[in-house]
Amino acid sequence: MCLAVPGMVESIHEESGTRMGRVNFGGVVKDVCLAYLPDIAVGDYTIVHVGFAISKIDEASALATLQTFADLGLLEESLDELRGDEAGAGP
Amino acid sequence: MKHLTEYRDADTARRLAAEIGRIATRPWAIMEVCGGQTHSIIRNGVDQLLPPEVELIHGPGCPVCVTPLETIDRALAIAATPGVIFCSFGDMLRVPGSRENLFSVKGRGGDVRVVYSPLDAVKLAQAHPDREVVFLAIGFETTAPANAMAVKLAKQQGLRNFSMLVSHVLVPPAIEAIMRSPGNRVNAFLAAGHVCSVMGTWQYPPLAERFRVPIVVTGFEPLDLLEGIRRTVLQLEQGRHELENAYARVVTERGNEPARRVIAEVFAPVDRPWRGIGVIPASGWRLAGAYRDHDAEIRFAVSDITAVESPLCKAGEVLKGTLKPNQCPAFGKECTPRTPLGATMVSSEGACAAYYNAGRWSDSGAA
Ligand code: SF4
Repeated sequence: MCLAVPGMVESIHEESGTRMGRVNFGGVVKDVCLAYLPDIAVGDYTIVHVGFAISKIDEASALATLQTFADLGLLEESLDELRGDEAGAGP
Repeated sequence: MKHLTEYRDADTARRLAAEIGRIATRPWAIMEVCGGQTHSIIRNGVDQLLPPEVELIHGPGCPVCVTPLETIDRALAIAATPGVIFCSFGDMLRVPGSRENLFSVKGRGGDVRVVYSPLDAVKLAQAHPDREVVFLAIGFETTAPANAMAVKLAKQQGLRNFSMLVSHVLVPPAIEAIMRSPGNRVNAFLAAGHVCSVMGTWQYPPLAERFRVPIVVTGFEPLDLLEGIRRTVLQLEQGRHELENAYARVVTERGNEPARRVIAEVFAPVDRPWRGIGVIPASGWRLAGAYRDHDAEIRFAVSDITAVESPLCKAGEVLKGTLKPNQCPAFGKECTPRTPLGATMVSSEGACAAYYNAGRWSDSGAA
């Protein structure tokens, strides 16, 4: 759960007054809360913890981290978690 | 098992390891605090690249592992309450309580749901105004901004049916407890990069000074880890004890200030029992007074539930770094990831599971 997956901000919107964004993690796109990174813009990379963007990172280190996760077999695990919630938390 | 030597950065890794071997003249024990780092070290065989002088001790930084048994039992009691939708991160479902786990409550018809983010639990509370939605909020400083924001939003939106069972733990008091414990062997710490991405590094220089212990903020990729280890060994050999940041691409001195503000508003410090370790003063967060209405412990009156740990499980010693997982008599026998006796065998961040999954059967370290 402490694993933070880097992703790229594709778009930014508001949801009940909270700053949210669509973030792309190696192909899986998720809604992520951007409230803690008021300066982040579309095209920026960020590290995401349990649905919250926590710190901005540069593209090169984001891609290196994704590669490491893939090598470790962790990316699939994390992406499954990312995908899984659509089924798990549905009404 | 995949070894570091197979990676494209293998050359750099070998050079870093050789450099560590060149500077290490005496035996040193370095503790990595973060469970994600333990996972990466064992999975990549980082420890096997190191010279014999340098030993890595795995710390208590797996949030699932240190969540107290009482909290699990309280979670089970709440989850079994009719009308409750109980939400948790996935890796908590198989953590053994005194008698059962969340999976078995679910199997008996309890409405237990895995969520990816605490915001998903808030959405469930919006969608089901007639149900009580409870979120099990565990973790280190890394997950705190998410959990704090979720309860803040629930309060703002007047979601009276949303509550949290909070069991947050903090890294600096754990470092202090380890340094103060009798028989401590730790000479230096790798501080958890992602915890520091939230909190910053400012909490650590006083600890480094007081206990004369080098602390290096480190990421969790193999090269990050080797660089963190190299810097701690260099400090130890030169007799320095400072805070260094070897993860500057993510971590700043002040951390994420908007996140720290929300945490300070929503949470208050509390003495917290750590599973297998015991109570550490001011080592956790609970909900602050203004958020009492959303505190599941109060709403469901479960504070009286206490619990006793299985005598077979040696997770306390594993978490303190005095026992390697494969030295536990139950390791790989009574205790496997399918039949875990302790939480350290459940989470992929737990040291026992990391050893099991990497096939580290014997103490020699050979895989
Ligand atoms: S191997 Fe199992 S029983 Fe032994 S310490 Fe680890 S979790 Fe506990």
